[in-house]
Amino acid sequence: MHNFEFVKPSSVADAVAALANGEAQPLSGGQTLIPSMKARLNAPEVLVSLTGIAEMQGVSRDGGALEVGAATTHATVALEAASHFPGLAGLAGQIGDPAVRARGTIGGSIANNDPSACYPAAVLGTVATIVTDRREIAADDFFQGMFTTALDEGEFITKVRFPIPEASSYAKFLQPASRFALTGVFVAKYASGVRVAVTGASEDGVFRWAEAEAALSSNFDAEAVAGLSVPADGMISDLHGTSEYRAHLVRVMTQRAVRAAS
Amino acid sequence: MPKDDGIGASVKRREDTRFLTGNGRYTDDINLRGQTYVHFLRSDVAHGKINGIDTSAAEAMPGVLKIFTSADFESAGGIPCGWQVTDKHGQPMQEPKHPILAEGKVRHVGDPIAAVVAETYEQARDAAEAIDLDIEELEPVVDMVKALEDGAPKVHDDLTSNLCYDWGFVEENKDAVNEAFGKAAHVVSLELTNNRLVANPMEPRVAVGDYDPWGDTHTLYTTSQNPHVIRLLMGAFVLSIPEHKLRVVAPDVGGGFGSKIYHYAEEAFCTYAAKVIKRPVKWTSTRSEAFISDAHGRDHKTKIELALDADHNFMAIRTETYANMGAYLSTFAPSIPTWLHGTLMAGNYKTPLIYVNVKAVFTNTVPVDAYRGAGRPEATFQIERLVDKAARELGVDPVELRRKNFIKPEEFPYQTPVAVVYDTGNYHATMDKMLELADYANFEARRAESAKNGKLRGFGIAHYIEACGIAPSNLVGQLGARAGLYESASVRVNATGSISVYTGSHSHGQGHETTFAQVVADMIGVDANSIEIHHGDTSNTPMGMGTYGSRSLAVGGSAIVRATNKVIDKAKKIAAHLLEAAPEDIELKDGKFSVAGTDKSVDWSGVTLAAYVPHNYPLEDLEPGLEETAFYDPSNFTYPSGAYGCEIELDPETGKIDILRFIAADDFGNIVNPMIVEGQVHGGLAQGIGQALLENCVYDENGQLLSGSYMDYAMPRADDVRGFTVDHSCVTPCTHNPLGVKGCGEAGAIGSPPAVVNAAIDALHRAGHTHVKHIDMPLTPSRVWAAMNG
Repeated sequence: MHNFEFVKPSSVADAVAALANGEAQPLSGGQTLIPSMKARLNAPEVLVSLTGIAEMQGVSRDGGALEVGAATTHATVALEAASHFPGLAGLAGQIGDPAVRARGTIGGSIANNDPSACYPAAVLGTVATIVTDRREIAADDFFQGMFTTALDEGEFITKVRFPIPEASSYAKFLQPASRFALTGVFVAKYASGVRVAVTGASEDGVFRWAEAEAALSSNFDAEAVAGLSVPADGMISDLHGTSEYRAHLVRVMTQRAVRAAS
Repeated sequence: MPKDDGIGASVKRREDTRFLTGNGRYTDDINLRGQTYVHFLRSDVAHGKINGIDTSAAEAMPGVLKIFTSADFESAGGIPCGWQVTDKHGQPMQEPKHPILAEGKVRHVGDPIAAVVAETYEQARDAAEAIDLDIEELEPVVDMVKALEDGAPKVHDDLTSNLCYDWGFVEENKDAVNEAFGKAAHVVSLELTNNRLVANPMEPRVAVGDYDPWGDTHTLYTTSQNPHVIRLLMGAFVLSIPEHKLRVVAPDVGGGFGSKIYHYAEEAFCTYAAKVIKRPVKWTSTRSEAFISDAHGRDHKTKIELALDADHNFMAIRTETYANMGAYLSTFAPSIPTWLHGTLMAGNYKTPLIYVNVKAVFTNTVPVDAYRGAGRPEATFQIERLVDKAARELGVDPVELRRKNFIKPEEFPYQTPVAVVYDTGNYHATMDKMLELADYANFEARRAESAKNGKLRGFGIAHYIEACGIAPSNLVGQLGARAGLYESASVRVNATGSISVYTGSHSHGQGHETTFAQVVADMIGVDANSIEIHHGDTSNTPMGMGTYGSRSLAVGGSAIVRATNKVIDKAKKIAAHLLEAAPEDIELKDGKFSVAGTDKSVDWSGVTLAAYVPHNYPLEDLEPGLEETAFYDPSNFTYPSGAYGCEIELDPETGKIDILRFIAADDFGNIVNPMIVEGQVHGGLAQGIGQALLENCVYDENGQLLSGSYMDYAMPRADDVRGFTVDHSCVTPCTHNPLGVKGCGEAGAIGSPPAVVNAAIDALHRAGHTHVKHIDMPLTPSRVWAAMNG
């Protein structure tokens, strides 16, 4: 690891100022950034930790929505969201291992937008709003392909607002080595319709499975998607699974999520 | 009534107290005054010509003391290979030079090119980034079969091809084997891969070199399974340092699994560099570095065929195997696919004719050598998969086909057609025990229950044999070993009766400090806590060959028995003098010497004190002191065997396999510490199940390692390996070593992979997926699903 400066602001305003330096990079849990720095693949001159900002911490209920501070750890979400939004808490409790869940944060995860990360599925699967230091971004506009998001240079997430669904669940099939999602599907049922978001499978990162959403919106039953499939073309193919296998898992995991949510 | 700390007692491991309380002393815990740090700049291409290495900018970096390249090692030898295999034409194998730092070419990703020694580790790494390398990439060879094709790029330009050797065993039987296949009523064949693995001990490799000008002596602290072997190879063949000027210490070592047997370039580098820069030099491997510099394991491609007569008796086995050597020959690499593999191809069966062909191949990958089991898992996997396939094709019970062809208990000693003589065994007994513990009789009911839940349940069987207690020196010498394979022990009895034992074996997880003390305590009848076991330092242990091949108790323990017997013989003479009796009338029981038929006695400490304070002592007939050394060279291998049963559930929607129960019924001969044996089997099973379901070391066509970290190399976790039942109540003691022990360290890793794969195929066939004949390991969900739907 190369030397770097470390800043830990206590307010969003101070974080904005610290990140104005073009060489600075935000740090929020560091579950990806720190290993890449240790491997000398990344060498920011300044790290701005976002975990010391009180207003970016914790889970709170606001009517029909659940707001999660961007620097809230997975372990905290797993615990504190459980009574409000069990689907989200269940997802958070399946990320990594206890050490990862104690350090990793929701903001860090979705800003990184790893194509196999769990959180993007919950955000895209719930019509969530991503609140940043300067604006609000709808989930549908936020994820722009593998490791790419709508965030501008220096912009950082302060919280995520989830409209709480009537029912929801996340079904994850583990990549056996990393235990990231080989394919993970988040299903959420709202009065207005059903959302289905898939992570781990596509070369373009998290995506919504529109066909399944339509089928489930008219009949929220696992059998409603039994005859549907996504094309293998464009799915990830690697050591752990072929593109055909991932395409198959999209349907299987969708059905499992629906069963668990029903 | 057995002694509660003697042979047969489940004594808790004494060494665990220090390991679990953070008081272990591993190589990385050793920090010497004035210590410097080395970072190796390693190749990031699989094959390339080195046109230039410009270190000038790097040398000017802060803290840099010296940057070494191959030019600094012109007077040094290459890293030697410890075994020469002779090919089927009687010619020696092709043996390329293995330089300490790459000379002229790089041959695998991870090949060390330059070494930066600096005041701190970070400075060394920073400076390495400033080295300007001019490497012209060459086309690599990664696939073993393609590497032997005409026109394939050569890994070593000075060799005639990428073929290390083409070995035939037994070459004289080849025609008779082919003839048997011509007459066979049934021929069953199978093509399979034994997947390449990375050993992944918990502790990565570390080396600290130290030079003391006071005595012109070198010391190397290293993570080794065999410090004496390292001293011999490095001192005699690489750096020309005689033994009396070179000390090698392997302190607490956190697992080896074979990967810490070998002499590695980093050890020679640190030893050499310490003298050049006149300060200690330390190297600590990162986990990422371990993936590209520790020797890998397995990596065979095989076609195997079995000929059976009309009554389903095995007539002959014929195999053709490609074995990957990687870019250079690691210390014991050539022996693994040959003498540790071909000699086990009879398995537990009476197959009269066997022919094994092995082509060892150089590729642009990390060297491959022994990994837990070493050759024997490869043999067992082939045989047990093939026998299972044969039963399926013939429509007979896989248990019955095995039983029919097993060597019967009354047929031992049994001469196999592949050179070895099994001394004892009872395969029918282990098979029966396993089926009983597995409740095999009620499997069908459990399967029906799984089917109700949409799951496919299967039961897989494997029966293994291994050759352990490695090895008779005169035999392995004839087979090409460049070392003996005896073991040594010194038993030093101290004046007040406590005992210090110095063994040439090395413990890196096996629990020797506990079990070896149990043996001596049992023989003399003293408290095991009065006995200390010392290992790992060439300056105080007699020349020994270290620990691998499940040899430590069978060979090292036998040396301890021998040395202890010498001590007891002498102690009896001292006791006879003290008791004014004849030595032949002295009996030793419970730590007390007595004259047979009398009440005259002297206790152990009375005799030991007399040995060192010889006031009343037969000085004219007997030397003072009580210390003996013995060497033990086994007359045969030992042959542990066992029956393994694996019960799985397979999710047909995802292809995921869950192991529900795993039963291991082993015959390890006599057992010193049942608890430690059970732990060894658990560890072996975890590694075997890891190979069968999870682990896979994969290179792409450019020779880049795709599974170079735990993000992609799947190690078994606790929830992957459950439901173990371990039994070792079937005992046929080894006939030729004094303890009657056979060895247990590798069994689990040898017997489990075919049991797991057989279980998966069983589950699929019972559910109607009869087109699936074989799935190559690891049986990932994706592979299983593809096979089902293929």
